[in-house]
Amino acid sequence: MTIDTPTLTRGFVARNWARKHLFRTPLDALLTVVFGGLSLYLIYRAFLFVFVNARWEIISSNLKLLMIGRWPNDHVLRVALAIAVLALWGGLIGGLIAGRQRAAGLSVAAGMSISQRVSDLVRRFGLMIATIVLLLLLTDTAGPWLMAIGAGAAGFAGYWMGRAVGARTLGKWMTRLGMLVLAAVPIVVYWYMVSAHPLGEWEGFLFNMTAATAGIILCFPLGVLLALGRRSKLPLLKWMSIAYIEFVRGSPLFVLLLLANVSLEFFVPASLAPSKPIRAVVTFTLFTAAYLAEIVRGGLQSVPRGQEEAAKSLGLSPTKQMFLIVLPQALRNVIPAQIGQFISLFKDTTLAGAALGILDLLAGAEAITSQPDFVGQGLIIESLVFVAFLFWVGSFTMSRESQRLEKRLGVGVR
Amino acid sequence: MTTTPPQVARPPLYRNVNVLKWVFQLVVFFIVLAILFWLANNYLTRSQDLGIPTSFDFLDQPTSFDITGADFSPAEPVRNAYLVGIGNTIRISAVGIVFATALGILVGIGRLSRNWVVNKLSTVFVESLRNIPLLVIMTFCFLGIVLQLFPRIEEAWNLGGLVIVSNRGVSVTWFEGTTVAALLGFLFLGVAGWWLIARWRRGVFERTGAPTRAGLLGSSFLILVMVTGWFVLGATVTTPEVAGRAVAGGIRVDPSYFAVLVALVIYTASHIAEITRGSIQAVPKGQGEAGSALALSGSQRLWFVVLPQAMRIAIPPIGNQYLNLIKNSSLGAAFAYFDLTLVAQITVGNGKPAVPAFVLALVFYVVLSLITSTFVNLANRHFKLVER
Repeated sequence: MTIDTPTLTRGFVARNWARKHLFRTPLDALLTVVFGGLSLYLIYRAFLFVFVNARWEIISSNLKLLMIGRWPNDHVLRVALAIAVLALWGGLIGGLIAGRQRAAGLSVAAGMSISQRVSDLVRRFGLMIATIVLLLLLTDTAGPWLMAIGAGAAGFAGYWMGRAVGARTLGKWMTRLGMLVLAAVPIVVYWYMVSAHPLGEWEGFLFNMTAATAGIILCFPLGVLLALGRRSKLPLLKWMSIAYIEFVRGSPLFVLLLLANVSLEFFVPASLAPSKPIRAVVTFTLFTAAYLAEIVRGGLQSVPRGQEEAAKSLGLSPTKQMFLIVLPQALRNVIPAQIGQFISLFKDTTLAGAALGILDLLAGAEAITSQPDFVGQGLIIESLVFVAFLFWVGSFTMSRESQRLEKRLGVGVR
Repeated sequence: MTTTPPQVARPPLYRNVNVLKWVFQLVVFFIVLAILFWLANNYLTRSQDLGIPTSFDFLDQPTSFDITGADFSPAEPVRNAYLVGIGNTIRISAVGIVFATALGILVGIGRLSRNWVVNKLSTVFVESLRNIPLLVIMTFCFLGIVLQLFPRIEEAWNLGGLVIVSNRGVSVTWFEGTTVAALLGFLFLGVAGWWLIARWRRGVFERTGAPTRAGLLGSSFLILVMVTGWFVLGATVTTPEVAGRAVAGGIRVDPSYFAVLVALVIYTASHIAEITRGSIQAVPKGQGEAGSALALSGSQRLWFVVLPQAMRIAIPPIGNQYLNLIKNSSLGAAFAYFDLTLVAQITVGNGKPAVPAFVLALVFYVVLSLITSTFVNLANRHFKLVER
């Protein structure tokens, strides 16, 4: 028996879709018309602004200032080299993880064809790559292009190397040596950068990224200790941790930065009183530690009690139970939350500009509107849109990756 | 036969776990104490060397600066300036919380809408605002929108004679002769009446099964009280008017207050929208289906079945957003909004001791946060599902 199916013409499908998604009820139709009109108008205005009216030359002529501040011209090459080395390093680590996963048969990417992998990468990082290309198009010298191509090549080379190494098992000492080298790379890069231009004078987007990264890494020891303290059965430790965490979480970062700006030299000897960016990093570290402590506490609670009991029955000491069995699982479970904290710190680094007078990306974008070439022409919207776009691309990509990771880790599912 | 338990020898002190625990705690405690003492000592000696007072005496000295938008003379003591600042912080936070909650919940529902346009628009709203720093949004609202897009006073936008928008601020038609006390009094009366009506109607519902309609009756009572109050006070309104280079009449919203408020509201709303969406999705699907099986309409299902359960899940994270909003209101100081932070900042700028001035502000923020989180916890306990 055959059933006559109505021929699904394209027009029919479209009408059906519109009826289902745009005009289900009279109220729906009203919402569609009102908000559709509003969106079309906004899209039109945004299009007109971005492609016709906006004067992007204020950005293109100040791109270097916005990105790396007043970094000495003689040493710009160091920035490029550092970026390439960090790309190699990141590629290496990514490749190592991929290689290990592949060896363990856990890799998601292994089952994909080349075109699937490319489209997966484009979906995940296409926005970021497009933004980098956009930034390159705004420059008028060849240097940044060479840097970007070099960094991309270094990243790829690192990835393939890492995957080859990760696929095989190394000896104990080789592994340790490799870990040591990997850990040393950022320190060496940091030293290489700082020896050209002291950290106290870092500006622009470079400051925002460095401060956020430094803050999230440096807060780790204190944050984990506070989390352990808060869960400890020892009353004195517990109450000290709670007092610190609750005080910091109750106070605004902006006021803490203002306080650090005017009064750090009162609390530490004058010889120790650091420059403004370092003050900002110290404040970010102490501030984020309290939030990290709460995240880690959540992670500790998510580890089943059986794990600790199993460790106990193996005869491990309490310290080893915590640091070898419970804490690694706890930290792994809260990686997405940690990325969320990093994103929020990344956005909060703009406060340092307003509170301490550092010429970070936002403060720089405000400052360039009063340059003689651009003063009084109302270009603040152009420069703020640019700043917002850069932050948006960074945070959006990271939060997408964190969601993906959350799914893959299966937090709360298992 | 009884076995005598083996005689346990008391371990020596240095291996007694209880003793060791306390020794360890005391060692950590004294190390922390020593660091604090070192910091405090540095602070005191350094202040003494520089001749900077460390007490809170400055609170009684004259302020010597003006506060825009407040009836305040520079001769008044700093104490009063702090009180004005605290009032302004509470004013912007309270208004911000109300608007952010309303907008956030609407957008959160919009993200789950079957209407394609509404769905995509809400998604764009949330995903763009959540990932931009608040300070950038605030700067954009202040420098970009208010100071640049809004017209000069000579060309002010006049929205039907009710609202006048210019770069000097926004003026809105308002009820004349109302004082804050009278307004709050009537509001309290109305809300109390609402509560009583709700109790009465719930009793009726439990006895007879008649629909409660508590929301409808209660809100009409509230509106009735407010309208009556307005008539009692004289039933007049004041409309804004451009008079020369200023706006007369109406209630005026400062440019900085407007910009900071808008930025706080849209930024917090984008976070609340995500929380709302997550909480609605966390309500088991069977609940909505059960609502359909009872022949409830879409909006009834949302209002009576899904949202009450979703809000229960959403209260703690939304409370966190309220705390964030209160703390973020300190950014208003960067745009000359006279909140507590700006008062502290200018007080320090006028030569008053920095550490006490900022610590006072910090302590107030911590206290305000604790009070708010107490209320959120109370609400959470009230709405929590009572389990067996």
